[in-house]
Amino acid sequence: MTTTQGCAAPEQTVALPAGIDLATQAVIQGVVTGAGTAYARLLDQSGEFTGEVVVSDEGVFRFFAAPGLWTVRIIAAGGVTKDVSVEAKLGEVAQLTVSV
Amino acid sequence: MSRSDVLVDADWVEANLDTPGVVLVEVDEDTSAYAKGHIRGAVKIDWKQDLQDPVRRDFVDRQGFESLLSARGIGNDDTVVLYGGNNNWFAAYAYWYFRLYGHDNVKLLDGGRKKWELESRELVTEVPQRPATSYTASEQDLSLRAFRDEVVAAIGKQNLVDVRSPDEFTGKLLAPAHLPQEQAQRAGHVPTARNIPWSKSANDDGTFRADDELKELYGEAGVDFAKDTIAYCRIGERSAHTWFVLHEILGQANVKNYDGSWTEYGSLVGVPVELGEAR
Repeated sequence: MTTTQGCAAPEQTVALPAGIDLATQAVIQGVVTGAGTAYARLLDQSGEFTGEVVVSDEGVFRFFAAPGLWTVRIIAAGGVTKDVSVEAKLGEVAQLTVSV
Repeated sequence: MSRSDVLVDADWVEANLDTPGVVLVEVDEDTSAYAKGHIRGAVKIDWKQDLQDPVRRDFVDRQGFESLLSARGIGNDDTVVLYGGNNNWFAAYAYWYFRLYGHDNVKLLDGGRKKWELESRELVTEVPQRPATSYTASEQDLSLRAFRDEVVAAIGKQNLVDVRSPDEFTGKLLAPAHLPQEQAQRAGHVPTARNIPWSKSANDDGTFRADDELKELYGEAGVDFAKDTIAYCRIGERSAHTWFVLHEILGQANVKNYDGSWTEYGSLVGVPVELGEAR
């Protein structure tokens, strides 16, 4: 990564991107089912926006969070939203399945 | 400037898809988004490939901007309507860029690509062919752009608005949480900055909140509207979103975007840095 990379999310792939050292990351990832176009938003413990990605065609989303408690909000067409609580831990992948 | 001068909604865009002199421009960092589908007639500008100098860390220069818009078939008299993903971050960044180079007839699609998609409005893959123009840009309007020395000089004197997430502000994270945390610069924020994340100015669907809510948001967070303001984030695109709110929607004078932002400031030798909550 260079320091001029934008803040947009990388492509949401099923596998972790190459070159990611999981030991240094606290990953939250998941699969959304039952939605067409959908967005996944990460909220901190105060409910504040921390990041957002477009859910991939396969329904995949991923965040590189700090260790701690988070909420993943799925925003789908038709005004549908669904919140899921999750704990991120360093060196681990917290895996979610969200149906909307 | 006011909201009606700088924002259009999706219905307005649908009604003006074939209006001569209206040019839709999608601005994304994710180049695949446009290819998968875009609003009919929209041309694409790539945030990095098209708007950044390929060698130095800076914008394309005036001549480069002229070449870009000429190639996209955008004329000086056209009404440019920008939209994009990421809650219009990069569209807002491009909007700021158009204004820097003197194109004042520019607007944002409120809610951007996300709201358009969530409302299941039409997206097409056909790329429009627009005849080239001879676009003429002005010199950069530096009253809209802050550089690092101005930021240091503004500590304790002007409004410094850090629009990153709270964890980036306090130093827990170096980048937004959808990016790997692997950068080398120091974490934290510019002393005396207020942390007002860009997201507080937007609804879940990416549209901007109402004017009175926005005024209350920044006022309660400690922004003194009688003072000059510098907004910053990590690389300047989220802060372009906040610059848009303060300067274009609310009509505040003397608001600058610091596009060097934390990736520059957090790597400078000898400048003051604070960790933790705002003091």
